[in-house]
Amino acid sequence: MTDATAYTRPKYVGQPVQRLEDPRLLTGRGRYTADIQLPRTVHLAFLRSNQAYARINKIDMEDARAVPGVIGIYAAADFGHIPDIEAPSKMENYRATACPVLARDLVRYVGEPVVAIVATSRYLAEDAAALIDIDYKPLDAAITARDALAENAPKLHPELPSNIILERVFATGDAPADIANAPHRVSGRFNLTRKTSVSTEPRAYLADYDAGKDELTLYDATNIPGIVRDELARLLNLDGNQIRVIAPDVGGSFGGKGSLYPEEVIVADLARRLDRPVKYVADRLEEITASSQAFGEEVEATLAFNADGRFLALEAEIIGDIGAYSIYPWTAALEPVQVASFLPGPYKTPAYRGRARGICTPKPPTGPYRGVGRPMAVFAMERLVDLAAAELGLCPVEIRRRNLAGADDFPHRIGSGLIWNRSGFQECLTAAEEAIDLPALQAEKAAGDKWIGVGFASYAELTGIGSRIAVAPGMPMNTGAETASVRIDATGAITAKFGISSHGQSLETTLAQIVAEELGVKPEDVRVVHGDTAASPNGTGTYASRSAVLGGGAAIKTTRALLKKVRRAAACLFDVDPDQVETGDGRIFVRGTNHSIDFKELARVVYADTTALPMDRRETLEAQETYDPFLGTTSSSTHVAVVEIDPETLAIKLRDFVVAEDCGKLINPLVVDGQVHGGVAQGVGAALLEELKFDETGQPITATLADYLVPTSAEMPPMHIRHVETELPDNPGGFRGMGEGGTIGATAAIANAIADAVSHLGLEINSLPITPNKLHALIAAGATQ
Amino acid sequence: MTGKTHIYLTVNGETFDACVEPRMLAADFLRDELGLTGTHVGCEHGVCGTCTITLNGVSARSCLMLAVQLDGMDVQTVEGLGTMRKMHRIQEAFREHHALQCGFCTPGFLMTVHDILNTMPLRDDDEIRDALSGNICRCTGYEHIVKAVRTLVNERDGVQTP
Repeated sequence: MTDATAYTRPKYVGQPVQRLEDPRLLTGRGRYTADIQLPRTVHLAFLRSNQAYARINKIDMEDARAVPGVIGIYAAADFGHIPDIEAPSKMENYRATACPVLARDLVRYVGEPVVAIVATSRYLAEDAAALIDIDYKPLDAAITARDALAENAPKLHPELPSNIILERVFATGDAPADIANAPHRVSGRFNLTRKTSVSTEPRAYLADYDAGKDELTLYDATNIPGIVRDELARLLNLDGNQIRVIAPDVGGSFGGKGSLYPEEVIVADLARRLDRPVKYVADRLEEITASSQAFGEEVEATLAFNADGRFLALEAEIIGDIGAYSIYPWTAALEPVQVASFLPGPYKTPAYRGRARGICTPKPPTGPYRGVGRPMAVFAMERLVDLAAAELGLCPVEIRRRNLAGADDFPHRIGSGLIWNRSGFQECLTAAEEAIDLPALQAEKAAGDKWIGVGFASYAELTGIGSRIAVAPGMPMNTGAETASVRIDATGAITAKFGISSHGQSLETTLAQIVAEELGVKPEDVRVVHGDTAASPNGTGTYASRSAVLGGGAAIKTTRALLKKVRRAAACLFDVDPDQVETGDGRIFVRGTNHSIDFKELARVVYADTTALPMDRRETLEAQETYDPFLGTTSSSTHVAVVEIDPETLAIKLRDFVVAEDCGKLINPLVVDGQVHGGVAQGVGAALLEELKFDETGQPITATLADYLVPTSAEMPPMHIRHVETELPDNPGGFRGMGEGGTIGATAAIANAIADAVSHLGLEINSLPITPNKLHALIAAGATQ
Repeated sequence: MTGKTHIYLTVNGETFDACVEPRMLAADFLRDELGLTGTHVGCEHGVCGTCTITLNGVSARSCLMLAVQLDGMDVQTVEGLGTMRKMHRIQEAFREHHALQCGFCTPGFLMTVHDILNTMPLRDDDEIRDALSGNICRCTGYEHIVKAVRTLVNERDGVQTP
């Protein structure tokens, strides 16, 4: 057949398309906030608290003001016109905290900004900071959450009734009674220490003020530009159309760049006051001590089960060490409440009671970090599952198989009220089991030369959450909708704009794949605009494993609306019915005819030609649609870790790692694999290396990357991924989120593997990270008992 | 700070002479004075490797050096490796294997790989992992980076891969 109009319609969704953002990032042409240089820029440095909890008696700035190049030095009183940052929530039993942009009378953590210094260079600003003398009166403080919980503990926020700023209980059935009556039960007190995100790019902000228009542009290393814009408008008393927040290339976040920070507010305000661009780039010390931190929880839990190993009831007390302030916008409830709501996991456990409390301590605020709540929940639950298996002499795989929800159980409601839609819980377990040679490993372990351990962890997570559920409990903000606009301009070029904000997720490529497939063009023909509040009337950003589902859904809905306009215009031109018009390979055609034009020609006909179409048929080739999944969709996975411990040095080596996951339809398998690998690496860090330590006075003692260790290539095992696709979810593309799962499963799987490796010693692995030193201490303690 | 020092150097084949404060970091000089912002700064204490450049062909951390130490040196940064239109083979391999996500650590990795391909045997993946362990990537879990480097090593050594 020689029909010239039978163009192919290649599928791009599901293909390992090479990333469109790569060439610039590989050749040093990326543009991160710190790279942007504007004329007349002045530089900001902060003098930060060196006390955990103290009263500020006096600040002496006299010598600092004399440093050449100093433009201004500011303390709390200079920002009296800006309201304190407070994170509201409709949650009962929650109290917001008031966080001034600079510490006013009290400092509440080491690293809290106290003085802002502006100079013509960062070097000079730091010179001046070194000459400022702050006289503190240290105050009594409870440093740990346990101490801060005590009735007579000194209060960190004197205006609040206590250090407990939130409490929430989830209950189904009568778990305490069921546990009391159960034939078997296992318990533990589990602790996931504080972590920090360690994006390789530190936070950075550059505000550019146009006095003529009274407009402010904030270049911002953030993953929530829309949320920052909206709140800055309120705090600075400006209209939204006077502030544009642009997240240019952003060097990772993992949650650490996903909250509103005082530094952002100060940079924006000072640019207006000084009528000059103001730039602030955090150094690593500031990044570790003054960016949001993660986890810091203790879970005391009991799981009851019958003689067959079937779970009967689960009960848990969760204490979250939330730090000094309840972070905007997520609130301090984000992390500990999510531990409680996800603790029952993918299992069928009839009765549940979980109580989460958040406790203020004089440490940096906790905020979102990859996995949010789930790494702690899954660590505690999966340890209990393995303890239960051990009690009954069951294989860890078998006890999971007996309790995971199966194909007939969906939709499956768990004891906290969360509802799982169909996801491959059992299928992932089976795929993970098949990916390793368990008998061979058990034989090697039995030989006894090395301490070999195999650990399983199964989890479920809710991704692509719609407007029915707030990402953080009670947060008065809709994080469940996403708006896209796609347009064909007068030159025939295609631009797709989103409110999401890619910071490593490859969304410039994956969303282009979706738009290209729907419209009938190539991915490289679609320019994706994101991370810019000018691109969308409303948009919050990229977090909570939402962008593939919400951004992808919005892309599909919007492109389909645009395609209708394309077909109407072409149908009019070709004098055929719109249903006969097809697109593919960048062409618009009618099969079996010689009607065929490209998008350039269509744009010319619609926008430039005054005769080809009647006036009332020249529709602008642009569509804008919002997608809201209302609920969300369940991603699930089973992870398997294989560890080998050297009996002499106690060095822990991760030998192998398997992830079997169900994330629905893959948009780009290379990208999904990359997300899983990176997530697992952060799980490895959480389980084996990463710990923010504070001394008894609240001083951070792990404030460099030589003290706070993250995994390097040498610590990472080879990783094997099995993609399991069960019934696709009913969102437009059949996508599920996969940005966080790696961290959620890996932490628990490694803990279980280590527990297995040292099972002959009877050690309890209930605090992470577990290091050779801690293993040694456990063994020594066991020997002295 | 009193007094500036005159330095004379080659960066990516171009010669520069400049007057710098003795305390200015090499990384800040390249970024802020020469506008070569492809070299990123991640920790300023020599751990993360993000700021890696090569000096007379040998990899070095530009956050642990002063600009005055670049005097007389032949400096190469990521901008000298390849261009958007004609990428260096190392850059192409990183793209093919999806060995970067946010891209912030990538220039440092590329400069390290450029060095180790010239100087180390890299016989197996463990050796590749060891050779890369001075650079931190928080996005990729290193799996795809190791794959990209393995491909480059095989090409270097003329090893046929299936």
